Amino acid sequence: MTMLHALFSRVLSLFLVLCVCFFALETLPGDACTAFLDQDARDPELLQICRANLGIDQPILVRFGEWAEALMRGDLGTSLTRDRPVSEVIAPELRNTFLLALVSAIASVPLSIILGIIAATRPGSRLDMTLSAVFLIAMTLPEFIIATCMIFLFAISLQWFPAVTIVPTGAPVLDMLPNIVLPVVTLSLVMVAHTMQVVRSRVIGILESDFIEACWLRGFSYWRILFGHALPSALPPALNVIALSLASLLGGVVVIERVFNYPGLGTLTLQAIHDRDMPLVQGVVVVFTLTYTGLSLLADTISTLLDPRAGANNHA
Amino acid sequence: MLEPASITDGAVGSADQKGLNVNSSPKRSFQKLLRIILSTPSGVVGFGVVAAHVVVALIAPAIVLHDPLAQDPNQIMAAPSWTHPFGTDLLGRDVLSRTLEGGRVAIAVTALSALLALIGGAAIGITAAMRGGWFDSLTMRLVESIGALPYLLFLLVLANAFPGSAFALVPALAIFYSTSIVRVSRAAALSVASADFVTAARVRGEKAITVLLREVLPNVLDVVLVDGALRWASMLLGFSSLSFLGFGVAPPTPDWGLMISDARNVMAIAPWAVFWPCVALSTLILGAIFLADAASKAVGLQRAPEGLNP
Repeated sequence: MTMLHALFSRVLSLFLVLCVCFFALETLPGDACTAFLDQDARDPELLQICRANLGIDQPILVRFGEWAEALMRGDLGTSLTRDRPVSEVIAPELRNTFLLALVSAIASVPLSIILGIIAATRPGSRLDMTLSAVFLIAMTLPEFIIATCMIFLFAISLQWFPAVTIVPTGAPVLDMLPNIVLPVVTLSLVMVAHTMQVVRSRVIGILESDFIEACWLRGFSYWRILFGHALPSALPPALNVIALSLASLLGGVVVIERVFNYPGLGTLTLQAIHDRDMPLVQGVVVVFTLTYTGLSLLADTISTLLDPRAGANNHA
Repeated sequence: MLEPASITDGAVGSADQKGLNVNSSPKRSFQKLLRIILSTPSGVVGFGVVAAHVVVALIAPAIVLHDPLAQDPNQIMAAPSWTHPFGTDLLGRDVLSRTLEGGRVAIAVTALSALLALIGGAAIGITAAMRGGWFDSLTMRLVESIGALPYLLFLLVLANAFPGSAFALVPALAIFYSTSIVRVSRAAALSVASADFVTAARVRGEKAITVLLREVLPNVLDVVLVDGALRWASMLLGFSSLSFLGFGVAPPTPDWGLMISDARNVMAIAPWAVFWPCVALSTLILGAIFLADAASKAVGLQRAPEGLNP
C-alpha cells in the first residue's frame, strides 16, 4: 500500500514538475527563431514565417495540449534546430552520459561504503581526519575546479590521459573507455565526497547504540558485530541518502561533460539551451527529472526492502 | 523537551542551551551566534576569509594597479613579473587586477539571493509550521517538487533568456535555494510552537503575527541563519558554475568562473591565469563553509548529509 502511495505521489510530483517546466520554458523571452535569425529577428515578417514553419506560432495552451498528449504516448516531439525526433537526438548522448554515470557509480558506491566504514571504526584518528578533510574539500569546491586540477595534474604534468574526449558521439563503448578515465575519476571523487560522510556517521551512530553494546556483552567478535549487526542496520538509510545524492549530482554532470568536452547529455543540453530549441530542452528536462524520480523511488524501495519499519513512516 | 536552565547569557530563558530564549531579540541572537563562532578556530578562519573577500570585493576598484579590462598586445600570457605579479591572460590583461575584481558580481548576486531566500524561506517555513493544515501540506509538496527540478538546467535556460544581466537570476536562485531554508525553519518552528511561552502568548490573546515575530522568530533565527550561510556557499558554487559555462557574468566583466573557463585551454602555457581565480573562488567557498560549519556546531545542528545541494 505504501509503495503504491509513494509511486502515486511521485507520479503526481513528476507531472507537476513537467507542467512547471513547460510553462517556465515557454514564457521566457526569446525562442528558437530569435536565436536562429539573430540580427534578422528584428524583421517581424521573417520572424512570423520562421515561427509558422516551426509550428511555434500557436497559442501556448494549444501547444501545451499537444505536448502533454504526445508525452503521454512517450513522444517527446521534434527538435526545432535538428529536424529530427527529440528521442532520436537524445538517445546516443544519453547512452554516453549513462556510461559515465554508471562507471562512476560502480566505482564510487562501494568505495564510499568501504571508506565510510574504515573512517567510522577509527573516529578521530589521523586517517579519519585526512579522509574527512580531503572529501570536505572535494565536496565544497566546484566540479570545474576539481576537473581543472585533474587535467593539470594527469593530462598536462603527467600526460597519462587525454585532457579532452576526442571520440565522436556514436563511438563504440570500448573506444570511449580510455577517454572517460578523467571524467569518471572527477565524478567519482565528488560522489564519494557526498556519500562517504553519510555512511561514516550512520555506522558511528549504530556502533554507539545499545544493541551493539549488548552484542559486545554477549561476547561476539569484532568482525561479527561490524558486518553481522552494525552494517545491516546502518546501510539502508545510507543507501537511501546515496541514491538521493546521486540524483542531485546530475547537474554536476553537465559541468563535468563541458570541462572534458565529453559528448553527452550535458553538452547537448548546453547546445539546446543556446539554440533555444525548446522541445529538446524539455526532452532533456524530462530525462533528468525521470532519472531523479527513479533514483529517489529506488532509494525508498531499498530502505523499505532492507528495513520494513521504514516503509511505514517514510511516506507520511 | 526543555533542557535545564543555564545562565551563560544572563537570559531568563529556561532553555538557553537549546536556543530557547524568551527574552532574546534578533539582534542579540545574531551577536551571540557571532561570539560563539569566533570562539572556535575554524570559525575564526572562516569568518576572516569571508570578511577579507567581502572587503576586497568592495574596495577592489580603488586598489587595482591596472585596469582589469585593459588589453596589452605586447604582454600576452606574460609570466608573473613586478608589473604583473600574477601574470597576464590570453588577451594581455592583468590577472591580479582581474582576480581582485572577479568576485564582485558573484558575491553581490549570491548575497542578494541568499538574503531573499532567507527572508522568504523563513517567513514561509515558520508560517507553515504555525498554521499547519492545508497551507502546510501545500508548502511541503511545493518544496518537494522544486527539489525535484533540475535546477541547474532551469538556471541555464533563464540566464540564456536574459543574457548579460546576472541579476536577473536573483529571484530564481532565491527560489531554488530557499527550499532547504523552508524545511529547516519549519522544523525549528515546530519544535518551538509547542513551548509554554508560545502557548502563554496565545492565551494572552496576542495576534498570530505578534506570536510569530516576538516569540517564535527569535528562537529559530540562529538555526535559520546557519542554513542561510550554507545556502550562500552553495549559491556561490552554483553561480560560478553558471559563469564557467558561459551563462552567468557576461564578458568582459572580470569573474572567476569566466576567467577559469577562458584560460583553461591555455593552461599548459599560462597556468597562472587559471591558478589565481581558482584560489580566490576556492578560498571564498571554503571560508563560507567553515563559517557555516562553525555556526551549525554553535547552535548544535548536524549539517544536512546532502551537503551543498539546494
